[in-house]
Amino acid sequence: MSIKAENNYYLPAGLPMPVSESDGLSEPFWSGLKMERLQVQHCSHCQTWQFGPEWLCHHCHRFDPEWEEIEPKGTIYSWERVWHPSHDALKSHGPYIAVLIELPHAGNVRVVGNLLGDPMQEVIIGADVVGIFEHHLDAESPYTLLQWQYKAD
Amino acid sequence: MKSNTLRGQVAVAGIGESNYYRHGQSPDSEFKLALQAILTACDDAGIQPAQIDGFASFSDDRNDASRLAAALGIRQLRSATMQWGGGGGGCCAAVANGAAAIHAGMAECVVVFRSLAQGQFGRFGRTTGINTISGEKAYLMPYGVLAPPQRFAMRVRRFMHEHGVRQEAMRAIAMASYHHAQANPRAVMHGKPLDEERYDHSRWVVEPFHLYDCCMENDGAAAIILVSQERARDFKNKPVYVLGAAAGSGFRAGADPHNSPHYASANFGTLAPNLFRMAGIQPQDVDVVQSYENFTGGVLMTLVEHGLVDAQDINQFFTLDNLIAPSGKLPLNTSGGNLAECYVHGMELVIEAVRQVRGTSTSQAEKSDIALVAGGPMVTPASNLLLGSESVL
Repeated sequence: MSIKAENNYYLPAGLPMPVSESDGLSEPFWSGLKMERLQVQHCSHCQTWQFGPEWLCHHCHRFDPEWEEIEPKGTIYSWERVWHPSHDALKSHGPYIAVLIELPHAGNVRVVGNLLGDPMQEVIIGADVVGIFEHHLDAESPYTLLQWQYKAD
Repeated sequence: MKSNTLRGQVAVAGIGESNYYRHGQSPDSEFKLALQAILTACDDAGIQPAQIDGFASFSDDRNDASRLAAALGIRQLRSATMQWGGGGGGCCAAVANGAAAIHAGMAECVVVFRSLAQGQFGRFGRTTGINTISGEKAYLMPYGVLAPPQRFAMRVRRFMHEHGVRQEAMRAIAMASYHHAQANPRAVMHGKPLDEERYDHSRWVVEPFHLYDCCMENDGAAAIILVSQERARDFKNKPVYVLGAAAGSGFRAGADPHNSPHYASANFGTLAPNLFRMAGIQPQDVDVVQSYENFTGGVLMTLVEHGLVDAQDINQFFTLDNLIAPSGKLPLNTSGGNLAECYVHGMELVIEAVRQVRGTSTSQAEKSDIALVAGGPMVTPASNLLLGSESVL
């Protein structure tokens, strides 16, 4: 599933846009999201999962651990409901929910996103969620975010 | 046998601070505030500024040691150390680095300081004006996880989830700080008391943080002067000794974004045992605590990780009565700290620990021979410090 229209973005336009570092470390992650592929590092030598990316595997110290595509699904590890706008783009927007998602099928690495739906909904730590790709094609430098919603029963 | 310890080797001879202001209210520049704090500390100790031969700071303090040395007319600069890391994670480590320089014979009189003029240089709580972002923040900012309150709330929420912590525990920390600030004329929140109703009705910044769970942002500077134990009794005030210090964090604490294995943690798990071992004391020997409050939830974690409270007892232990001087079970943040005295990245907490051991706090604890300071929490590197009177050496 994906979101492509500006009026369906979870947060208003104008927040900082993600780009890879000048050394290209996270380039496979961001380009993967554009193609609706969630990729994290998975060392082919010792099988250690790793996110955020680094130039070497923290366990066996092999350089350039491989990127592996994983299913965008996980469980809610923690959450917050944000009320204070720390950025002008969020002024008069109202509350929103950020979630920390654990990915059990990838060594329990975690990613941060938003929980789609009513910003006042109950957030349940441990609940299953699925990823939704939110494409910002109209951005000056197009990018894709990975958002989350409760898994349908 | 060589004893690798700071215990009893270095003493605090002087303390000083600038006036403390709401952010943007200082009539003076950040560098001038730093000079005011340092000169006040020199006066408190009764030493000439020219005797200073070292500087130690943290959090990328903008007030360069060489410029300070030139401005103060210091004869010989021998030590200039900067602790890596942001926020208050280095407020104790800077003391340790200065003390280590003295103990190692690299310097004789080190100033540890922090100066912040947010009116001059901008606030931490605002992030407007950034177009693109890369690295760790790229995984957070596009989702509205922008400033420190949003960056730490999920850690605290997870900690509350794991230990069944109620909001009232955090409220007690905020109320203790405000209670102590009412006795402290230096405090920015002096004359502005906080009660339960006011806390409960205050706006959410980000759940689970009400407004009063978050530190202030201020203009101010604070400094202390360190000397070797051989010289400790040569100054005006009762010497306050370094009993122990530790800095750093545990396994992959810096795994971003939010991938630290011990996520619901203040990062003192590895530091606290090192600290108490160096000091040769037990957690139950601590009389009074200054625990850095970027957010109240971090204080809960900090006290648990230092063995001062059991995680399962948090809701029972964190009450206003238990946390206030003179006779609470564990007097906490007795100057008002970052919540209600002044946000000087924890240097104000170090100074308050010195005042407690001297016996000159505006909210003096009944027992105060051993004072703990913890700087961090939830950041890496974090740091901590035990100060004590001569009677505990």
